[in-house]
Amino acid sequence: MPEAAVFEGLSWDPLADLDRLLSYPFMVNALEAGTIVAVLAGVTGWFMVLRGQAFAGHTLSLVAFPGAAAASLVGLPVAVGYFAFCALAALPLAGVGGQRRSLSGESAAIGSVQALALGLGFLFVSLYHGLLTGLDSLLFGTFLGITETQVLALLVVAAVSLLLLALVARPLVFASVDADVARASGVPVRLLGLGFLLLLGLSVAETSQITGALLVFALLVTPAATAHELTLRPVLGVALSAALALAVTWLGLALAYFSIYPVGFYVTTLSFGLYAVVRVGRRAGRRRGALRLAVEAS
Amino acid sequence: MLAHEFMRNALLAGTGIGLACGLVGYFLVLRAQVFAGDALSHVAFTGGLAAAVVGVDVLAGLFAATVAGACALGLLGESSRADDATIGSLFAWSLGLGVLFLSIFVRGRSAGNGTAGVRVLFGSIFGLDTSAVRTAVLVTLAVSGLLLAIARPLLFASLDPDVAEARGTPVGALAFAFLVLLGVVAAEATQAVGALLLLGLLAAPAGAAHRLTTRPYRGLTVSGLLAVGAVWVGLVASYEVSALPPSSAIVFAAVGSYLLALAVSTVRSRSRAYCS
Repeated sequence: MPEAAVFEGLSWDPLADLDRLLSYPFMVNALEAGTIVAVLAGVTGWFMVLRGQAFAGHTLSLVAFPGAAAASLVGLPVAVGYFAFCALAALPLAGVGGQRRSLSGESAAIGSVQALALGLGFLFVSLYHGLLTGLDSLLFGTFLGITETQVLALLVVAAVSLLLLALVARPLVFASVDADVARASGVPVRLLGLGFLLLLGLSVAETSQITGALLVFALLVTPAATAHELTLRPVLGVALSAALALAVTWLGLALAYFSIYPVGFYVTTLSFGLYAVVRVGRRAGRRRGALRLAVEAS
Repeated sequence: MLAHEFMRNALLAGTGIGLACGLVGYFLVLRAQVFAGDALSHVAFTGGLAAAVVGVDVLAGLFAATVAGACALGLLGESSRADDATIGSLFAWSLGLGVLFLSIFVRGRSAGNGTAGVRVLFGSIFGLDTSAVRTAVLVTLAVSGLLLAIARPLLFASLDPDVAEARGTPVGALAFAFLVLLGVVAAEATQAVGALLLLGLLAAPAGAAHRLTTRPYRGLTVSGLLAVGAVWVGLVASYEVSALPPSSAIVFAAVGSYLLALAVSTVRSRSRAYCS
């Protein structure tokens, strides 16, 4: 493999660059995995933002780290650790959210779950005496060296979770927007809450295999928040969220390929830049609209 | 155990940091702003690594980043109620920046492994030297003092912002000042337990205190004591069991106190229901 070609910068011919990008199998695998992960994170993230569960989602995504560390300590495949821990952590989080005691008690409990998870993760890593580079890729992910079997596994899990989500989408939106009315009309709100957190854990476990435990959250929250700024309609919002996540992932992977900086930096910066532009633009638009109303009224 | 200088330093600095975390954490939980604390702890990571890349003192970078992050959160909170999604997007991005700094830093050194990143993420309380301990104690005492000075109006503003506003309490300014204090504590605590674990010291003892008592000043005291206790227990445990890293031990002790408080309050409310 001509190593030098990897570090050549961009030429002025985008099509030739694209050709070069796709000439390496590892890059094709990375793009395929990135596509699957981005769509899944974009869709689940939209529901997460709708339900105001960003803190719980962030905690779940950090739980992926002790999961992976524990699995490598015991000698199991890392993916097993990701899925087991994320599913396990969804249970206390759902219990906390279901109590409806008070907002403050809830946030303290979520914070404690998160702290416990990270403390365990650090303990496992230091017990493992693992290489520090291994720790870096657990936390910040790597898109190099994704195999075709991994891509296939990602695809299966993503298809199953998206199918499940599609099945419960209608009642879930109802329960998220107005829990009391939904409960009164017979929607199992608590069960849906638990089910959703389990699904969220599943997608987090899947996503963090590519992005690392610390950066899953960027794909989950930022495209979804942008979509919520742009439209209130559920179907359009979900599609938009997935499309944005896909776009930043592709661009981020391509940019990371042609430069020496990590993919996580590009993905987070692109998605946050987009969010900031939309947010500022919306505010300016709203101000102009208010001004026009005032002029018409006078 | 106390014959070792590193242990004495760790206990001294840990006491100050625990106290400040417990006191600030009490208000953090009361105001349901734990997510903001989460965000600032990630911002601290970016600041620490940025300082390592530029080559200035890591503590300076931590302070600059967390106070700037606190100001950003405060400004967002003023214009519209900063929702979870906004806070989340902001700190997801700051983590991305942190990764960039980490890669630059690792690339810049030929020995190239990420120990600096690990130290910022998970802390190194046994590695503090005497001058760092002095700074830690002074800063945390100052923060605790300032917080106690504004405790009364802050309590009022947290429990009932509308009435407090009507009574002429500067609610917005208090919220801002509180976030800045939180930022300072986050920077200082990052040195001890690390950016990733400081949330445990902020949220768990305070959550326990809220479970045990509803009276504010008693809760504040309990929260401070529990946090200091968690630091002590964690340090001693990690001294005795060498495989246990101090940051993990401290966080386990803090979460343990929360679980205990949860059990106590459940038993208490159950027995009360039984008696009546």
